[in-house]
Amino acid sequence: MILELAGVTKTYGDVAVLRGIDLRVDEGELVAIVGPSGSGKSTLLHVMGTLERPSGGQVRIRGVDVAGLSDERLADVRARDIGFVFQQFFLSAHATAAENVADGMLYAGVDARTRRRRAAEALDRVGLAHRANFRPAKLSGGERQRVAIARALVGRPAIVLADEPTGNLDSATGGAIVTLLHELHASGATILVITHDHDLASRMPRQVQVLDGRIVGDSHATALR
Amino acid sequence: MRLRFADQARVASVGVRARKVRAFLSALGIAIGVAAIVAVLGLSSSSQAGLLAEIDRLGTNLLTASSGQSFSGDAAELPREAPARVGNLDAVESVAHTGDVTGAHVYRTPLIPAVSTNAIQVRAASLNLPSVVAAGMAQGRWLNEATATQPVAVLGATAAKRLGFERVTPGQRVWLGDQWFYVAGILEKAALASELDSSVLVGYPAAERHLNYVAIARGAAVAGPPSTLYVRAATEQVAGVQAVLAQTANPESPNEVDISQPSDALTARAAAEGAFDSLFLGLGVVALIVGAVGVANIMIISVLERRSEIGLRRALGATQRQVRTQFLAEAVLLTVLGGTAGVAAGMIATVVYAQNQGWRVVVPVEAWAGGIAAAVVIGAIAGLVPAVRAARLSPTEALRTV
Ligand SMILES: Nc1ncnc2c1ncn2[C@@H]1O[C@H](COP(=O)(O)OP(=O)(O)O)[C@@H](O)[C@H]1O
Ligand SMILES: [Mg+2]
Repeated sequence: MILELAGVTKTYGDVAVLRGIDLRVDEGELVAIVGPSGSGKSTLLHVMGTLERPSGGQVRIRGVDVAGLSDERLADVRARDIGFVFQQFFLSAHATAAENVADGMLYAGVDARTRRRRAAEALDRVGLAHRANFRPAKLSGGERQRVAIARALVGRPAIVLADEPTGNLDSATGGAIVTLLHELHASGATILVITHDHDLASRMPRQVQVLDGRIVGDSHATALR
Repeated sequence: MRLRFADQARVASVGVRARKVRAFLSALGIAIGVAAIVAVLGLSSSSQAGLLAEIDRLGTNLLTASSGQSFSGDAAELPREAPARVGNLDAVESVAHTGDVTGAHVYRTPLIPAVSTNAIQVRAASLNLPSVVAAGMAQGRWLNEATATQPVAVLGATAAKRLGFERVTPGQRVWLGDQWFYVAGILEKAALASELDSSVLVGYPAAERHLNYVAIARGAAVAGPPSTLYVRAATEQVAGVQAVLAQTANPESPNEVDISQPSDALTARAAAEGAFDSLFLGLGVVALIVGAVGVANIMIISVLERRSEIGLRRALGATQRQVRTQFLAEAVLLTVLGGTAGVAAGMIATVVYAQNQGWRVVVPVEAWAGGIAAAVVIGAIAGLVPAVRAARLSPTEALRTV
């Protein structure tokens, strides 16, 4: 079990954004979390990724309850076990693709040489070996998101959390990114993708539907039943 | 997980490398402040070193004994034998002397009316005068046994200027007393005997023969009398010589003799030069404060602009402490870049000016090390609030930007 949420709630003031989320993600899964805008998907991703502490309930990553961990330990969990992919890519404009990818392991206590080598491998994995020395400004949107995905993968995290990874891309490019996620999944990566796009979600092996901070459907649970 | 130093340095320089012009401008205030402080300290130390070297060259063992005023208020005279008597003292290395030829005036031409005096004093001088007072020749040559008997003069540095001499060419003359004197040379400024600067010097025999400067010794008329003795004492016995000098020079009325040690004034000046110019120092400090405010301001703006970078770094596993360190280090990097440039500029200013003046270049360690240290401290202070803000930023809030 890579990720386990039990009764997770999140409230901002008196706004309840997450209202009791129970979810388990196993190693090697490719899961889509789908729901309309404002349903709490990003908040859920932040809680799963330890960027935000839940107001209630339990979050376990590789069996460890993260509630009791200090800021330092949480940062360590993010550095080693979690890879993030964001809609806006968040690449450094002043660094090359390879440098951006290598920064994915910057805070994981890995020496620079290893980071560079692993970055080259990760870029190769997302099909961008030939763009290693390009800066983001010289890359297309799809290529930028591939760099961001390589950065999320480079540290071989337990799980990759992607928040609307195709949100800033046209449908063809977005489709190629989804294909890439499938390939990565096929080669063993555990990936959780958030999207409001049902078509995209339907291409994933497992879909979890979220509405108003609750899980209202889980294809995996149905299959199991 | 701790970042390695190289990574820390690279992360700290991200902002500086990304916005070079902004970094340059925000470091400029610090650079100006540090440059001013380093230059002020460097220049005062160098000028002091220059003066001390000068004092060293001139020696502090020169004493002068001059005829002061007699008890009745008339100008006193030194006895004709005074130089010889002083020269006989064991602790005295050499004695030179001059005699004031009062009533003789010097002009460039005879056409200038005698009433317009030019404050140039004509003096008879012993031949060893330049070596004893450590004054060299700026132009031409000093008197010798032959020219000391002839109508030949040597001009002091100021006197030459007043008379309109820049260089000495053969055949140039001055109208001295009532006849032409050939100009043999021009003295350099005499730091230990500045009265020579505004003098025109002739040999004693010439003064006697052509200017009627005579004293009576043992019933016979001889050149003289001397007015001022320049005495080089053995370095360890200056005080001893000073104590007996008046008595030796004029045993009959020692209190009519004024004794002085000309290097005293220079030594006092050297001490004063060591004190730095507090106005410029104050300006430097003001520039540093303004620079610090500028850096703090830039860092606050930088934190606001780079929220998504901060959020991303937290997502990649940066701790709050690492984010804080990053921005603190960036502020220190900015001020240290400014400080280093300031130290370089201050040193260059010191070197250029000091070499121009012929001083040895001295930049005290406190000046440059203090400049760098001040830059570090200023960076830490200016960067503290922005860094704490960056670290406190919630990662999800930081990521929600755009
Ligand atoms: N820090 C916060 N403070 C207050 N409300 C928030 C905060 N973060 C999210 N929300 C609210 O929670 C809801 C869900 O947001 P979000 O998780 O971003 O949804 P989604 O990603 O599904 O569009 C929104 O109504 C949003 O306004
Ligand atoms: Mg969202």
